[in-house]
Order: sequence, then structure tokens, then C-alpha cells
Amino acid sequence: MKNFLKYREIWLLAGIVLLIGLISTRFPSFADPANLRQVFNDTSILMILALGQMVVILTRSIDLSMASNLCFTGMVVAMLNAAHPAIPIPALIVIALLVGLALGAINGFLVWRLNIPSIVVTLGTLTIYRGATFVVSGGAWVNADQMSPDFINFQRAAFLGLPALSWIALLVIALFFLVMTRTALGRSIHAVGVNPTASVYAGIDVGRTKFIVFCISGMIGGLAGYLWISRYVIASVEVANGYELNIIAACVIGGISIAGGIGSVGGAVLGALFLGIISNALPVINISPFWQMAISGSAIILAVVLNARGERRQGRIILRKAEAA
Amino acid sequence: MTDTPAPRHIPDRLDKPLSSAIFSWEALLVVIAVLIFAVNSFASPYFLDPWSLSDLTFNFTEKGLIALAMALLIISGEIDLSVAAIVALASTMMGMAVQAGAGTPVLVVIGIAVGLGCGAFNGLLVTRLGLPSIVVTIGTMSLFRGIAFIILGDQAYKGYPASFAFFGQGYVWWVFSFELALFLLAALIYWFVLHRTSFGRKVFAVGNNPVACQFSGVRVGRIKFILFCLTGLMSGIAAVLITSRLGSTRPSIAQGYELEAITMVVLGGVSILGGAGSILGVVLAAFIMGLVTFGLGLLNVPGIVMSIFIGLLLIIVIALPIVWRRLREGRFA
Repeated sequence: MKNFLKYREIWLLAGIVLLIGLISTRFPSFADPANLRQVFNDTSILMILALGQMVVILTRSIDLSMASNLCFTGMVVAMLNAAHPAIPIPALIVIALLVGLALGAINGFLVWRLNIPSIVVTLGTLTIYRGATFVVSGGAWVNADQMSPDFINFQRAAFLGLPALSWIALLVIALFFLVMTRTALGRSIHAVGVNPTASVYAGIDVGRTKFIVFCISGMIGGLAGYLWISRYVIASVEVANGYELNIIAACVIGGISIAGGIGSVGGAVLGALFLGIISNALPVINISPFWQMAISGSAIILAVVLNARGERRQGRIILRKAEAA
Repeated sequence: MTDTPAPRHIPDRLDKPLSSAIFSWEALLVVIAVLIFAVNSFASPYFLDPWSLSDLTFNFTEKGLIALAMALLIISGEIDLSVAAIVALASTMMGMAVQAGAGTPVLVVIGIAVGLGCGAFNGLLVTRLGLPSIVVTIGTMSLFRGIAFIILGDQAYKGYPASFAFFGQGYVWWVFSFELALFLLAALIYWFVLHRTSFGRKVFAVGNNPVACQFSGVRVGRIKFILFCLTGLMSGIAAVLITSRLGSTRPSIAQGYELEAITMVVLGGVSILGGAGSILGVVLAAFIMGLVTFGLGLLNVPGIVMSIFIGLLLIIVIALPIVWRRLREGRFA
């Protein structure tokens, strides 16, 4: 039992249950299975994005360009759909994955081959990708009436009581879980974050691993691009502006250490779910949505404070004060 | 920040030959600035007008003021993503004071005090609890701007007193704006503090090796706390300027400033991993960003496309020395 309580995910899950309980006291039908399904569906895109960001953060890097990648890829597939409605949706999803992969590979290449810190690279590509969206679209929007019904309805199609969007999220969660816990790649991603020097001696190519995680986060950004546009049925340059920080916030709340090496698929999913519940619940319990930023900000700070206690380096302590610095 | 730190040494002016000054980062920035200036003056006949050159400075002075303090913070190995949110909160508080009938001096004090308070809050969280600054300030970024949103909603505060307009719109001498004068003065102060005082020396040392500093008797936590306060203070000053220039407060004020200020700092040659950088570089980078946005503006290039150029400039300038070295050593990937 004591070991069980050591898992951060358990605490996070308890926090989420408590949150739902508190909301239900004000608005009983919030805890209805139908509503919770809705909340899960609403949070699906954030969960997918948080998983992509998680693998990057695990390797001690950061991807600030994810929301811009989402915006660019979303615009590309929306314009393709508007111009050629005959292209089937699975083909568009493949295109979205490839466009996202290309953008992620640019980030990864600069980090890998030129050794530029990822925060600088993705700070640059953050503005470049969003600017490129403007260049591609000429500043025009793609509206709902320009998109084909298939494009919009694909992710809304219900299957076994859940919309396709939720199924895609579950599929991505399962894939990440398999890769992170059952493959050599997942192991190297953790190892690179925990100790890059030791990883080199263990035969792991640190640079290549970072390249791969940026490719993954790029593909995730691309996938989320299609999902976002077809969900909110408008493609513009402003899509997901500033959302990169929500993604990182979900990871942080989920207990993923920004210093690398610590974090799990369950944590990222629960962190995103936590933010999703807050944003879904505020209007329901008659709190102005303007409170949302302040509440999620406080949640992030609280999460960091709690995480930091578990993350203290378990090393040789020569001078306690120096350790604290 | 989150990447593996490479071994560095504290730069020493004495052991540098003259050639390193000529081929320094700052020299590269001067060349880039001159190039962009030349391109701009050929591209538009209106560019070389003194008044349009003066307008140019409004593109970077407010962000540049924040970038000066941010440079010190990044050199010390920390980062502050909440600066734009601090601007929004300070501006909102000034707006509330105006509604209550406060005069110009009170407004300035409130703006600066709120900035300083927010910076101190960041500093306390980072130094007292030993938390990573990048996450703390992502949190306080949402928190500070969230408070601005709670107070303002979708409203805007207007009705600032006429005398308040001087800070953002006034000129101290002919075409030289108060904002530019303040930026240059602040740059001088920051240059002196960073490059000519023992405090500045310690900032570099903390960025290079905080543990060794602690053992050498440098109070690492206190230095970082002071730097967070300074960044908050500069954000408060920027809030006074931008509120005065716009004459109104909206909760979305200064959106995206944090990334532009960090871009200036990194473009200015400050290592994002801490431990290296100069104020001259940051000032030059601020001018370059002002030149780029203004020149493109004269050519009717939309703001979002300008950001492509800023992003490319950032990556290319950072990559240039690395590619150059690899080519010289003949082992480019």
C-alpha cells in the first residue's frame, strides 16, 4: 500500500476525483457518465499533444513550436480539403502526420546536428511556422462551409458510444504506453533525460534520440492540427495561439520533470485531463471563464511545488545548503 | 536551459587578443544591423526621415528594457516567461487606480511597485523552494494574466490623465523620445552593473557553476532573487511606458512580449544555458529587431510574416558560428 501511494499518478487521480466531486456539489449532473465522456472528448486533443511534448521533455529538451506546427498543418489540410474535397480523410490524416513530421524533423535536425539548445530552436520555429501559415493561406480563413462534410464529421462519428476523436486519443495513449514501457526507444528516451553522459557510454546516440523525439512531437502536432481544425471548423492564423504553454502546463501538472528523465504516459494524460476538467467545469458552475487562466496558473505552481519534493536528487550530500541552491 | 550544459569558462577581458574583438558576436551583430539598415534605406524612400527613424525606436524600447534585465537573469541560468503577464497585471492595476482618480505620480509608482512585487514573487518561488524557473514562470504567467482577466473581463480601462501620456509619447529633445532616452540610460546602467561590478561578476559565476559559487561564499539564492526582482521592475517600467503610449489597458496587452524579449537576449549572444553574454549584444539585438520590423512595415509586410524573419534571424545567427567552425574543420554533418 505504501509503495502504491508513492506513484504521483495516484495522487493526481485522487485530485481529479476530488475535483469532480467538488464540482458535483454545485452542479450534480457534472459527474454523469455522459458528461464525463464529453469532458474526455473535449480534452482529447490536449492529451495527445501533452504526450508528444512529454517525450521531448523527458530528454531534457522542450518543444515550443507544437502549437504553431498544429496551426500550419491544420491550415494545409483544411486548404487541401477545400480545394480537393475528393481526397479521402485517411489520406488527409497521413498528409497531416507527414507535414507535422517534416516540421518536427527541422527542429530535431537543428538540435541534433547543430547542437543549438532546443528552447532557442523552437522559439525560432514557433514564429516561423505560424508566419508560414500566413504565407500559405495569404491570411485568408478556411470556413466550415468550405470544408467537406466528411472532413468535419469523421472525428464525430460515434463508435461503441464514443466519438472517433476519443478513440484516436485512446489509440495514441496506448501507442505511447507501449513505446515508453516496452521498447528500446522508450528506454533510451528515459535514459537520455536521466543521464546523458552515462547514456553515451551505454551506447545510446543521445543526439539521434533527441531527433527522434522531435519527429514524434512534430507528428503529434500534425495529427492534432487536423483534429483541431475539423473540431472547431475554422482554420486561421490565430488557431491555438499561445497553446504551447497549455501543453507544457499539462505535462508539468502531470508530474513530468522539466529537468528531464522523470515522467509517465499516465501522468501526461492525467495532467491534461485536470486542465480539461477545470475549463469544462467553470462555465457549468457559473464561474466566469476569465478565471480559467488564474486557476490553471495556480494549479501549475501548486503542482511544481509538490513535484519538487519528490524530485530532490538522491546523491551524496556534502553540504546541505549547496544542495538547496 | 534544459539541455546538457557544455563546459565553459568565465570570459576574461585580459586574455583576449584584438582579433577576437573584431570577430566577436557583437561585431557580427553590427554587420547585420548595417546590412539591414542599408537594405531598408534602399527599399523605402521614407526610411531615412528622422521622424520615421524615431518611430522605429518604439518597436523595441519597451521589450528592450525587459530584455536588459532578462539578459542578466538568463546569464545567471534562470529564465522568466511571466514578464508580459507582469506588464498586463501592472497595467491593469494602473487602470484601476485611474478609475479611483489617481494622478500621474501615483500611477507610475503603482506600475513599478506591482512589477517589482510580481518579480519578487517569482524570485521567492524559485529560490526559497528551489523550483525550476521555466515552470514556475509558466505558472505565474497564467496567474498574473489570469488576475488581469478576472479584473478586466472583456473591458478596457481608459481615461489616463493627459500628463501621463508623456512617458510613452513624449520627446526629450527634438526627435529623441523619452522611451529611447530611458532605454539608453538603462542599457548604460545594466552594462555597468554586469561588466564593471562584483555583482555582475557573480552573475556570470552563478550561471557557470552555482554549486562552486555556493562553496565560494557567493549567496546564489540572493543573487537570483535580486535578478528576478529586477526583471519584474523592468516589466513594471515597460508597463508604464506601453500603457502611456496606448492610452488604454486591455487584458491582452503586451501579448507575446516574453518570447520577443528572450529572442533579443539570445540573438544578443547570451547563452541560454547561462554563464555568457554581454549587454552590448542585447542592445544591438534590440536595434536589429526594431530595424527588421520597421523596415518590413514600410514595405507593407504584415506583422505575422515579419515574425518569420525574426525567427529565421534567430536560428541563422545562432547556427552561423557553428556551421562556420564545422566547415573550417571540414567535418560538417
